[in-house]
Amino acid sequence: MQKIGVFVCHCGTNISATVDVAKVAETLAKEPGVIYSTDYQFMCSLAGQNLIIDKIKELDLTGVVICSCSPRMHELTFRKAADKAGLNGFLLEMANIREQDAWVHKDREEATLKAVALGRAAIAKVALNEALIPGESKVTKRALVIGAGIAGMQAALDIADAGFSVDLVDIEPTIGGLMTQVDKTFPTLDCASCILTPKMVDVQQHELINLMTFCEVEKVEGYIGNFIATIKKKARYVDPDACTGCGLCTQKCPTKNVLNSFNLNLDNRSAIYIPFPQAVPLVAIIDAAHCKKLQEGKCGVCAAVCAPKAIHYDDCDKLVENKYGAIVVATGFNPIEVHAFNEFAYDQSPNVITSLEYERLMSATGPNGGTVLRPSDKKHPKTIVFQQCVGSRDTTSRGKTYCSGICCMYTAKHAMLTREKYPDTDVYVFYTDIRTPGKGFDEFHRRAVEQYGVHYIKGSIGKVVPMSNGNLKVQASDLLMQRQLHIEADLVVLAAAMEPDKSAKHLAQQLTASMDNDGWFTESHPKLRPVESPTAGVFLAGACQGPKDIPSTVAQAGAAASKAIILLIKDKLKGNPCVAHSAENMCNGCGACANVCPYSAITYVEKEFRMPDRTTLIRRVASVNPAVCQGCGACTVACPSGAMDIFGFSNKQIMGEVDAICQ
Amino acid sequence: MSVKEKTEFQPKIVAFCCNWCSYAGADLAGTNRTNYPANVKIIRVPCSCRVNPIFILRAFQRGADGVIICGCHPGDCHYITGNYYTRRRMTLLFSMLDFLGIEKDRTRVEWVSASEGGRFAEVMTEFTNDVKAIGPNRKLEDLRCKAK
Repeated sequence: MQKIGVFVCHCGTNISATVDVAKVAETLAKEPGVIYSTDYQFMCSLAGQNLIIDKIKELDLTGVVICSCSPRMHELTFRKAADKAGLNGFLLEMANIREQDAWVHKDREEATLKAVALGRAAIAKVALNEALIPGESKVTKRALVIGAGIAGMQAALDIADAGFSVDLVDIEPTIGGLMTQVDKTFPTLDCASCILTPKMVDVQQHELINLMTFCEVEKVEGYIGNFIATIKKKARYVDPDACTGCGLCTQKCPTKNVLNSFNLNLDNRSAIYIPFPQAVPLVAIIDAAHCKKLQEGKCGVCAAVCAPKAIHYDDCDKLVENKYGAIVVATGFNPIEVHAFNEFAYDQSPNVITSLEYERLMSATGPNGGTVLRPSDKKHPKTIVFQQCVGSRDTTSRGKTYCSGICCMYTAKHAMLTREKYPDTDVYVFYTDIRTPGKGFDEFHRRAVEQYGVHYIKGSIGKVVPMSNGNLKVQASDLLMQRQLHIEADLVVLAAAMEPDKSAKHLAQQLTASMDNDGWFTESHPKLRPVESPTAGVFLAGACQGPKDIPSTVAQAGAAASKAIILLIKDKLKGNPCVAHSAENMCNGCGACANVCPYSAITYVEKEFRMPDRTTLIRRVASVNPAVCQGCGACTVACPSGAMDIFGFSNKQIMGEVDAICQ
Repeated sequence: MSVKEKTEFQPKIVAFCCNWCSYAGADLAGTNRTNYPANVKIIRVPCSCRVNPIFILRAFQRGADGVIICGCHPGDCHYITGNYYTRRRMTLLFSMLDFLGIEKDRTRVEWVSASEGGRFAEVMTEFTNDVKAIGPNRKLEDLRCKAK
């Protein structure tokens, strides 16, 4: 005999404003099996939980239904409460009458009726629930951090400082990420390298961090606490352990006309190169596409001059497999390509550049050693026009709908630094809105306007026309003065929007982590679990989750690391007991279930059966490994005999819900 | 409910939503206070591939007027390939229902991600209107289920 208790939550006025909670409790009290039904203001509060616990004990309830918020919010809270009262937590169901009822409907009568229907479905389901005991699995005490920009480095350092081994993987030949290309940082205007490079050295010297540069995560399998990652070590053609980073090979290399991607193609480098002088590891790498030896078989100068004999032309990609307990994703962002914005003539003139290119022009490690000279004729630019929001807040297919968040600040930084270094320069900034909500950010922007005399103009460039002398005719609109402007500029700088790194998509598929429409990783809960991916054991650090500046990135990386440490410090994890199981008597061993199982959790075993005539029969039946099964339920549908079912979402339970809803 | 609305046909709609994308998308519609018709009642399943064609037939037998299955976008399934199974299975089931003379608009598979709260509401509104336009399901409804 079922003894079900129903608890309807007001959620302050969140639910009770649209749903007549007292009526819901009253109506549900009449459902078969229900012996107690009540409503309360805050079920998730201590008093609310105590009410549930008391009633379970007092009435010896066999099942509990909570009509409140989404189970994604508080299912765990209430299950714990039930467990405390001595009732197995899996004998509790939630009816989502907040997110999927009170918040989306306006008509009180309709919403109340729907709440009753959802409550009924939960009651029908809970009546068929079984007590479940989660299995346990061990935790591999090693973390994988993917992406070694400022976010990945911070996360790796924090995890390693807590005493766990970390593999730090980056697709580039050096760690440091995009921040290595930045000249100075806002709002303090301190040099990016000065704060970044010591951290890069810390990472390299930490005994618990294993650096894996020029590596790519190919495949990830497994689950929280027990991930298995296959990592491709791309051919470097230089033995990183032998190379001393002396740079002699880069000087002797005869191929000197390869575009230097570190300086965003503003200058050239050799085919064998060290990305930049502070690279970590400070090891040369051969660009196979441009190396004469690797392409044509002739040359070999670098190997000849290399004293430690570090160069191996026969190097090839290698796959390594490792086990990890936790994964931190820190794949970061890139500025978008601006070719589609024809009006700015980026493809027509070398003097139209992106902000990151301008960053390189200003940097002491940049193509001109820090002197701002325009690319076409190496002349010092006298008039510079900045255009913000190139591709940000753009509803056309060329750009992104979101605000990239940092462009207002870095453009103000560029304008300020330019005016400081070259007070004779005229600097114009065209903006849509100025968005500077950070500590000291608005003061920074105001300084650019008031102290540095940067001309801020609300509006946008309409057209850039390159002239034969390299100058640019800029036609723009000033929205506040309602007039057209014509400026002859020496340099136009475009603040391109941020987009997720290209490697993120493949990684998300491997991790089965979800992404939003723009390709940013989705967090488990936008407010309460901002650094956790919905995939258990995967944590998000930095701009892979959305546009961010450096302080927020570092803060998020620290948070992701601490979440990873909380996981790694555990010896055992409770698994998900909602897994598939096969009724051996009904199974005919056809193999349909194993065919669809994405985790290969199903195997077949020979089993002895006693027949009615007392003979024994040996039959092949399916057997599910509960530690591997993730509980998707694909097999339950594929099973022709109906032997396969899943705990917590059984055929009968779901049909019970269907019946209750259609009542 | 006004008198006019009461007389208007109010379809019963069952929505199966996968736990990882669509159910979260439905929650987001709630968080954003995006309205959609109250006719839609959601059943949470681990993955859209958990939806057995029998559940859909059962819903119609019990008097549902429309059934919609929502899962993660192709390629984004939390269980790697679940939504591809759903797509294939439901294509077969729906063509069979079509063959039996059950209107195509009563059934639908939609991909709604966890970040598409607005889209969830749009899909549900559109589906409800479509079902309203065809009218009540009489062909598959088993009146014996109503007897009690």
